[in-house]
Amino acid sequence: MSTFDDPFDADRALSRSGCVCGQHRSAAEHETLALRCEPVESEQKRYEGVVASAVVRAMFPRDAARRAFLKSVGAATALAAISQFFPLKTATEAFAEAGTPEKKDLKVGFIPITCATPIIMAAPLGFYAKYGLNVEVVKTAGWAVIRDKTINKEYDASHMLAPMPIAISLGLGATAIPFAVPAIENINGQGIVLAMKHKDKRDPRDWKGMKFAIPFDYSMHNYLLRYYLAEHGLDPDTDVQLRSVPPPEMVANLRADNIDGFLAPDNICQRAIFDGVGFMHLLSKEIWDGHPCCSFAASREFITTSPNSFAALTRAIVDATAYASKAENRKQIAEAIAPANYINAPVTVLEQVLTGTYADGLGGVKTDARRVDFDPFPWQSFAVWMLTQMKRWGQIKGDVDYKAVAEQVYLATDTRKVMAEMGLTPPQASYKSFSVMGKTFDPATPDDYLASFKIRKAS
Amino acid sequence: MTFSLRFRAAIVSIALFVAFIGIWHIATRGTATVATMTPEYAKLMGLTATQGKSAMPGPLDVGAKLWEHLKRPFYDNGPNDKGLGIQLGYSIARVGLGYFLAVIVAIPLGFLIGMSPLINKALDPFIQVLKPISPLAWMPLALYTIKDSSISAIFVIFICSVWPMLLNTAFGVAAVRKEWINVARTLEVGTVRRAFTVILPAAAPTILTGMRISIGIAWLVIVAAEMLVGGTGIGYFVWNEWNNLSITNVIIAILLIGIVGMLLDQILARFTRMVTFPE
Repeated sequence: MSTFDDPFDADRALSRSGCVCGQHRSAAEHETLALRCEPVESEQKRYEGVVASAVVRAMFPRDAARRAFLKSVGAATALAAISQFFPLKTATEAFAEAGTPEKKDLKVGFIPITCATPIIMAAPLGFYAKYGLNVEVVKTAGWAVIRDKTINKEYDASHMLAPMPIAISLGLGATAIPFAVPAIENINGQGIVLAMKHKDKRDPRDWKGMKFAIPFDYSMHNYLLRYYLAEHGLDPDTDVQLRSVPPPEMVANLRADNIDGFLAPDNICQRAIFDGVGFMHLLSKEIWDGHPCCSFAASREFITTSPNSFAALTRAIVDATAYASKAENRKQIAEAIAPANYINAPVTVLEQVLTGTYADGLGGVKTDARRVDFDPFPWQSFAVWMLTQMKRWGQIKGDVDYKAVAEQVYLATDTRKVMAEMGLTPPQASYKSFSVMGKTFDPATPDDYLASFKIRKAS
Repeated sequence: MTFSLRFRAAIVSIALFVAFIGIWHIATRGTATVATMTPEYAKLMGLTATQGKSAMPGPLDVGAKLWEHLKRPFYDNGPNDKGLGIQLGYSIARVGLGYFLAVIVAIPLGFLIGMSPLINKALDPFIQVLKPISPLAWMPLALYTIKDSSISAIFVIFICSVWPMLLNTAFGVAAVRKEWINVARTLEVGTVRRAFTVILPAAAPTILTGMRISIGIAWLVIVAAEMLVGGTGIGYFVWNEWNNLSITNVIIAILLIGIVGMLLDQILARFTRMVTFPE
């Protein structure tokens, strides 16, 4: 849809043949360039384009007439002429004011890890303010507490692990309350860290009897570590010990030799390396490149009672995520989120995580710009995959309507709309196939996928 | 020439303190061997890894950091970063509120229990069961039912400080000498007047002892409760610094918690002395 075409360009068709972002003449041209179009200079400019397109389209229903008119008088004259009769400026302002937020002062909870980057940075870098919100980001003591405080409505929305809203909606480990995810906070950005004494035990087959820490039961960390171990023939329930441990205690426990390793957010991994107590065995992106980790979640109740606030929040988060996805902004972001008010970690550690140039703990410096990445689109196939793993490890018993749950919790359609309005390029589909450790996952046949695993909890 | 006991005790205290700091300083000096590493790698690593600095801070680190905190105790850098003075203020306010509510409930109820053997017997089983419950065990229940973390913390303070006061009040009231009550009776003093003029002064030292035990427990609990729910307070500060693995700040917080706890205890000890009378 060419919503953002320049209506005063005589050579352009004001039809719907352009690309999604409106900056390219055709979808094909758009495709050949980057995945995402360059954002228009300013919000104002973008809205101006939308309004002017609509006006010009109304005045010249036939495109040939418009082109003839523009060619004869020129774009500037045409703009002046139209502005005389139709207050383009006023109309633009009216349009830009997308529904006033019902509630401007909002509280958003977060856990101090780099996964929360878009949520946190949106405060110091002014993304919330840009969308007319006054958001207080509140550091929270742990995943269970963030769950309870969001259910209790102390927080309007929260940083959650991607599987948590699904678990809460299904009533796993909490009362069943419908929750929804308008945006994925980050993709990749985790790692497996082992204690220094295991530096020669790089084959997971040798890990029998070891103790590992994960942050929470309903987490990608849990599913990825279990997946990784099972692919190497270890039954995560019997061959190793998995413990739920809050991230800072993981580093302390590793130092105290209470655990042998952990799968945790990158900044915790890097912190263990920074302090010289562990080394990076592998990045989670080596298990599944592009896997979701944390999400931005709110209760259905909040969405229905304050739809405009929710939309503004989603815009702010999506905008911040787009900003964070650019490599050149990462250093600035690391500095913005390092102070005690936010993550409270050494800037060096956050910089290593966000820029992807990091010490591996074994004396080498590695570079991987996509070590942690940001892409807000909540693929419903991600939710289906998480449901297969919840079933695989006995968290869900009985039959699951994968599609229904995924579509109820992961708001792909709404996010697509918001992204398109913002001039970003959301994917057209809500499901995609991907591969985890070389094994392809087809979201259309989750039960077959589940049945294909040899190691799983019998249920 | 002999010095007063007080003076000699002070000398021993100072000697112990100096010895403690000395041992601490020596124990935390960097002694670990430093691995050889390339400069660009070393730039990405912390001091523990590059210079063999002990993971445990020494007394000098703690002192420097403490001075930094004391220089600006009331700064406010947003919802998650406030000065130590503000954090302590939040904790003391919570403790004060919960404790005040406990006083309002425990002392009249304790009076009633102490004065009436029937109520004493009837309520005894409940008190005995509720008293030994760890305050933090109430926390999840409180969070779940009250649905507000700040009020939950206050509730936990209330529930844990109520029992020592209740039991001490009841005990103090029941132990008032029978002679005194009988004298009051012969003088035909009414029940309410008797409670205020005879029983209250006689039981006051015991009641205040109960209050003193309670404030100690309340202060113990607030730190743990704030670590659990987060937000504000000295407990939250400990958790936040632990999150950053800053042992220096954790030690400073521990020191301050100890000092504030001591002050609270001393205030009530002074009150106790004021109401105690020689028989």
